[in-house]
Amino acid sequence: MKPSKTGRSVWTLALVLACGWAILVPAQMALDRRLAPYRETPELLWIPSGNVLRSLSLGHNGLLADLYWTRVVQYFGARRLQRRTDFPLLAPLLDITVALDPQLLVAYKFGAIFLSAPSSYGAAEPQKAIALLRRGIQANPEEWRLWHDLGFIYYWDLKDYRAASEAYREGSRHPDAAPWMQVMAAVIEEKGGNRETSRFLWTEIHNSAEDETIRKNASMHLETLRALDDIEELERLAGRFRERAGRWPQSFQEMIAAGLLQGIPADPQKYPYQLQSDGRITLHPNSEVKLDYGPSPEAR
Amino acid sequence: MRSRQTLAIVLNTFREAVRDRVLYNLIAFALILIASALLFGQISIGIQKTILLNVGLSAISIFGLLIAIFLGIGLVYKEMDKRSLYALLSKPIRRRQFIIGKFLGLNFTLLVNTALMSVGLWAALYYLMRRFEPQDLSVWVAIYFILLELSLVTALCLFFSCFATPVLSAVFTFMAYVIGNFAADIRAFGELTENNLLKGLTTVLYYLLPNFSDFNVSAWVSHGKPVAAEVVLLNTLYALCYDAILVAAAVWIFSRKDLK
Amino acid sequence: MAAIEISGLSKDYSLGFWRKRPFRALDRLSLKVERGEVFGFLGPNGAGKTTTLKLLTGLIFPTEGTATILGHPVGEPETFLRVGYLPENPYFYDYLTPQELLDYFAQFFPLSAEERQRRRDAVLDQVGLAEFRHRPLRKFSKGMLQRVGIAQAILHEPEIVLLDEPMSGLDPVGRHEVRELILQLKAAGKTVFFSTHILSDAEALCDRVAILNRGKLVGVGQLSESLQRQAACEAVLECASPEALSRLQPLAAKPPLVSGGQCRIEIPEKNIPQFLALCQSDGLRLISLNPVRLSLEDYFVEVLRGSDSERPASPSP
Ligand SMILES: Nc1ncnc2c1ncn2[C@@H]1O[C@H](COP(=O)(O)OP(=O)(O)OP(=O)(O)O)[C@@H](O)[C@H]1O
Ligand SMILES: [Mg+2]
Repeated sequence: MKPSKTGRSVWTLALVLACGWAILVPAQMALDRRLAPYRETPELLWIPSGNVLRSLSLGHNGLLADLYWTRVVQYFGARRLQRRTDFPLLAPLLDITVALDPQLLVAYKFGAIFLSAPSSYGAAEPQKAIALLRRGIQANPEEWRLWHDLGFIYYWDLKDYRAASEAYREGSRHPDAAPWMQVMAAVIEEKGGNRETSRFLWTEIHNSAEDETIRKNASMHLETLRALDDIEELERLAGRFRERAGRWPQSFQEMIAAGLLQGIPADPQKYPYQLQSDGRITLHPNSEVKLDYGPSPEAR
Repeated sequence: MRSRQTLAIVLNTFREAVRDRVLYNLIAFALILIASALLFGQISIGIQKTILLNVGLSAISIFGLLIAIFLGIGLVYKEMDKRSLYALLSKPIRRRQFIIGKFLGLNFTLLVNTALMSVGLWAALYYLMRRFEPQDLSVWVAIYFILLELSLVTALCLFFSCFATPVLSAVFTFMAYVIGNFAADIRAFGELTENNLLKGLTTVLYYLLPNFSDFNVSAWVSHGKPVAAEVVLLNTLYALCYDAILVAAAVWIFSRKDLK
Repeated sequence: MAAIEISGLSKDYSLGFWRKRPFRALDRLSLKVERGEVFGFLGPNGAGKTTTLKLLTGLIFPTEGTATILGHPVGEPETFLRVGYLPENPYFYDYLTPQELLDYFAQFFPLSAEERQRRRDAVLDQVGLAEFRHRPLRKFSKGMLQRVGIAQAILHEPEIVLLDEPMSGLDPVGRHEVRELILQLKAAGKTVFFSTHILSDAEALCDRVAILNRGKLVGVGQLSESLQRQAACEAVLECASPEALSRLQPLAAKPPLVSGGQCRIEIPEKNIPQFLALCQSDGLRLISLNPVRLSLEDYFVEVLRGSDSERPASPSP
């Protein structure tokens, strides 16, 4: 008469659910392991042409582009997380994304960064990044910042200073372009790669990026640049000490006593620099500041 | 006696579906789509078979999904709403027999439909290749997975149909289907974030939601690759277990429901 | 063992979308129906008749109280082997024909195939649908559906038949047939429990009735006693002068009705001699004088008036 013995049947249901998931979870885990190769087959590229997809999207191409852009980010993030160094689907996915929505600026800007960044940071395919950006410039002629993104890849990744200066000059002709675009064009043309320019560009990227990873990446580069400057300066001071004392300083203390330093110098991550017996300056072993790559070709 | 009664409900559910004109329209549509894949394949070179299998399997899956949702959402609700249940439940049967019978009946309907559409696909395949190859067998596995997937959709529909209106049930089921397809992405997203709470939440969600992407091997088999036997077994286990949970929950809800 | 035994049965429905408040549709009903009885369940619209029948069939669950049928708590599937139920305004799978529907329902009973077929044909005949057995139920009229409902209720020859407004939607012939059917069931020793607000049906068929109003039991008993008690006569006169009428008025139970040159007037039994004397002395032409048994309608109205006046504050349903 009553809806059966309610109390008892609640427990029965709870038991069924618990047992159910006790089977489901391990089954799913086993499936995840076994299905890995199947999932490699990129279902996304069933329709490899963005244009076909665009007409198939029945007017929802904007939404679809957003979804694809999300897939790009997920794909990139997931592969980096797995410490994979190849990103075979990155360029095709980006192509589809911008074909679906040519005005999706983030896709050009960050897509280019993902594509151009060196191996283990990105796909190390700067040429594809350039092709992507040129496509973006064509579709969005009013966006002078894309010229900056393009110039930066020439400057930083390809060390092609002539092309970089060319890109900045082209961008600076735009009526809305920031004045520094023209300055960049001139400086790069004259001096090629140098820390001053690099610092400016990375700062610009850092300040204009909305994305946390991009900003982190930029501030990492800025730290590198600062450390390189610091080390150069400290080694110069150590040289001065040697000129006066006729020997290398044994510690920063000695240099402070000689009035060359105000205190123990620290790197951007607040670790003190290390003074070697031959006057060379190195990083603290715990410091994660990277010195091993920079704008000069030999550092790559 | 009990199983004979349940069988009667199963067959009546099947009969109800068979007498619905919409069903035929959907099947016809799927068959037309498969046939058109043949034409579509002719304008490209070398991948006719792949295209045919992809389009065919997708058509079977999508139209199966439509049929499952279309028929599933009304399974219980319509009978409550139109009060045809009053006469049925005043027969010597238990309410759970009704739920189980409906579930099995719709699955049987879907089995027959899928078989019909598969015959269409195989006919098209034969027309294209003029012969069958041993690796074509894995297409059956893909079709079997579609059936498992549809049984899960049916169970979801049935579950929602016990307390929600057909439109809401359709929305819920469809959402569960879409989210279930993206389950892996949701978890990947959680792992990318540094937030432990979010990570935990997405992992729980991942195991809680029906993972429809487990059943998607169409792209794989369209290249003539075989599917491992363990995957078949695990997927079967997964689907049956999830079905059982949903049907049990549906029985639980329905058994204590006032049929006003 | 009683056929149906209801004790303290109550049902609250919740009303309102956001703030649920309970509404008592049935209030502590206690009732006993003996085997072999034809029992009428009377009450105005919204009294709780359908609610009671749905509780008896386990379609809804009681808020409190219990009910048993043939000694078994209601809602047990086994009970339905011996109970048939006709829902109010029945509706069936409209994609089936009556024959298919009955075949379907028959499979729930432990009967052989031939037996199922025999019973199906028998009930189709009984409710007069034999010639429509292959027409889809989608194309059935209300009264025809009602007949299908009756057919499925008696399909398995149940000992107890619960009928919710069996006459509703039926034409005069159909009503007569259903009356006959109920009498046949009674003759075969079955118990029939039916709800109705058509009192003449109850009057003609029931051994006992229960009257329900606003969820509460107002009275249970045999009809004939209560009706005879208050009998009166209706007199029809050729239209009289107003003075003559005013002299008649004190004798009448209600104000006279004047229409079409005739005057109808209801005279209680005890006033009849006085009335006849008056007619004679005034020279009024009496056209007819017939006894009116107090109709069940009147009884009903009277009883309900009594029960409503217990709660004068609440508005009528
Ligand atoms: N599902 C429900 N939800 C809320 N209230 C309900 C519900 N069903 C019935 N009621 C209320 O319960 C009361 C009794 O209804 P019930 O259907 O039992 O009356 P009834 O005696 O069968 O009337 P009728 O003669 O019109 O068929 C009514 O006031 C009705 O409004
Ligand atoms: Mg009613």
